[in-house]
Amino acid sequence: MRTLLLVILLAALSPARGEEVDISGSLDLQVRAFWQDPAWVGQDGRSLQGAMVSTTEFRWRNKDGNQRTSFIPYLRWDATDEERNLVDLKEAYWAIEGDDYEVLVGNNTVFWGVTESVHLVDTINQTDFAGDIDGEDKLGQPMISLALQRDWGEISAFVMPYFRERTFASVDGRFRPPLPVDTDKPLYESSSAENRVDLALRYSHYFGDVDIGLHAFSGTSREPRFVPAADGQMLLPVYDQIDQVGIDLQYTKDAWLWKLEAIARDGVSHSFAAAVGGFEYTLYQVSETSADVGVLLEVQYDGRNEFEPVSINDNDVFVGARLAVNDIQDTTVLAGVAYDVDTGETFVNIEAERRFGDDWFAELRVRAFSGAGQGDATYWLRADDYVQLNIARYF
Amino acid sequence: MNLKKETFALLAGVLLMSVAHAPQASDDTQGFDIAARSDRTDVGFGDSVVELQMVLRNAAGQESTRALRIVTLEKPDETVGDKSLVVFDTPRDIEGTALLSHAKILDPDDQWLYLPALKRVKRISSSNKSGPFVGSEFAFEDFTAIELNKFDYTYIGEVPCGDLTCDVLERTPRYENSGYTKQVSWVDQTDFQIRKVEFYDRRGDLLKVLDMGDYRNYEGIWRAHKLSMSNVQTNKQTDLLYSEYTFDTGLAENDFVKGRLSRLR
Repeated sequence: MRTLLLVILLAALSPARGEEVDISGSLDLQVRAFWQDPAWVGQDGRSLQGAMVSTTEFRWRNKDGNQRTSFIPYLRWDATDEERNLVDLKEAYWAIEGDDYEVLVGNNTVFWGVTESVHLVDTINQTDFAGDIDGEDKLGQPMISLALQRDWGEISAFVMPYFRERTFASVDGRFRPPLPVDTDKPLYESSSAENRVDLALRYSHYFGDVDIGLHAFSGTSREPRFVPAADGQMLLPVYDQIDQVGIDLQYTKDAWLWKLEAIARDGVSHSFAAAVGGFEYTLYQVSETSADVGVLLEVQYDGRNEFEPVSINDNDVFVGARLAVNDIQDTTVLAGVAYDVDTGETFVNIEAERRFGDDWFAELRVRAFSGAGQGDATYWLRADDYVQLNIARYF
Repeated sequence: MNLKKETFALLAGVLLMSVAHAPQASDDTQGFDIAARSDRTDVGFGDSVVELQMVLRNAAGQESTRALRIVTLEKPDETVGDKSLVVFDTPRDIEGTALLSHAKILDPDDQWLYLPALKRVKRISSSNKSGPFVGSEFAFEDFTAIELNKFDYTYIGEVPCGDLTCDVLERTPRYENSGYTKQVSWVDQTDFQIRKVEFYDRRGDLLKVLDMGDYRNYEGIWRAHKLSMSNVQTNKQTDLLYSEYTFDTGLAENDFVKGRLSRLR
């Protein structure tokens, strides 16, 4: 597979003889351990779930430096859950840039936003939910984008001709609703289905200590809602048409980062707003060591009704701490608790990571859910507490 | 108002705020003049691109190496700081990580960090002046541009340094959140380049010694190609080994905007 991709890439680049293709990437071995029996019929009862992930990055830039291509195949194989198997192109684009513009054609990943506990305004890319429930794993989005840099900020326009469906665990997998999601039979509000062209506009700049982003999006919602299949054995994802505007703000002053993200969305059944805001305060060189400790507090609000896609970040308070040891190995630990004020649901998340030698990187995660009653958003995850060890070899 | 402050006001035009000055042995401007002469040997470099190896060594002698690129845009006006980009090539897990800085003289710098794993641009606080830069013995404040007007200067005397004679200056940071009470710098009298700097911590004890060597002249612009920072309290050391510089590569303001950070590779 790798060789084939390389051949394809080199063929694509053949007019550009003499310039080197930069190749790098990583191979990940991932083990998840669950200590509770699964909650739903059909889920694999083994306590260990293993997976392998390969990410390879091919990058090329022309001699003038104004054109570049990027090709990043991502391959995941899971020993338990075949719906976690994935072949994706995180990036596969060609771009040309001038002093004040860039045109990009192909698959790309774009991040918008400032907060840590939920990424409300991060709209462009579909979430690889089977990959990770934290919403930070994304699928490459086919697009044509134009970015213009002006003294007063950067304006980007995105035309997205093809929709990527969200990934979900199979019947065997953890992190799924009582009925598995049938990703082979998605439903679309648009008659063009996945070929409906989505549009987005983004403005991004800073004024002194304030960074600001604005966006507008019109197209197919990245978040599906679910309806039961005819046989009642599966859930079918439904992707509705939405219009959305949003803002992200950060005020950076001394050791304080004040953050706000907010959206207003015309959804499937009504128009609603959602917001997340809070701060990160960092204590530098605590106790005369080189370590920094950050304290995070974020408050979430989501005004959507029950006909909209379910959000688990609806009325939560997030409290977290970030430890950066600032050693050679870049050791960091992030620990946080999200508490739903309405329902009493609690989500605990601990992430620790460090480098070993020059090329190895290890990450340990612990995630636990509690307090969900029947009908609550995390009720279906209540038996899915887990520890994950990820060991990556970079090349 | 002492003469020193007046000189600053004339030269910089922005230093009207009341800055607490360290007690001066004399009110002459010799220290500042020597620092200014050294700083101005650099004027007119335009922009520069350089690759370097950062070699981190702990007290037991274990080594770890990082490869990075530094891209700098000169702001000739001494009241405005330079703009710079630091991009990491290794270790591989942080490849593409980039730090964009718009340096200020006395206000905190504007800084953005690019995290390639999430393709996320984060505005970061630059008040962490004294924190270690990527686990090295260089603090953020050592790594960002050394701007003339960030310090007050006192002339100490002259001493031999290698084959040259150096003026010794004491410089005290005028910006907030510095980890240093003072720095002592050695500036040679031939090429007016800084050869060595001692850093004194908040207790006033010697913390680190920076040796700057392997100076090369690029049509009048001097650059050190080996910087060794030794922490005398922990016996850790970080060397910066620079490759050849490239100047006047045609960089512009738009190469130093946050939107550019995701397009560097």
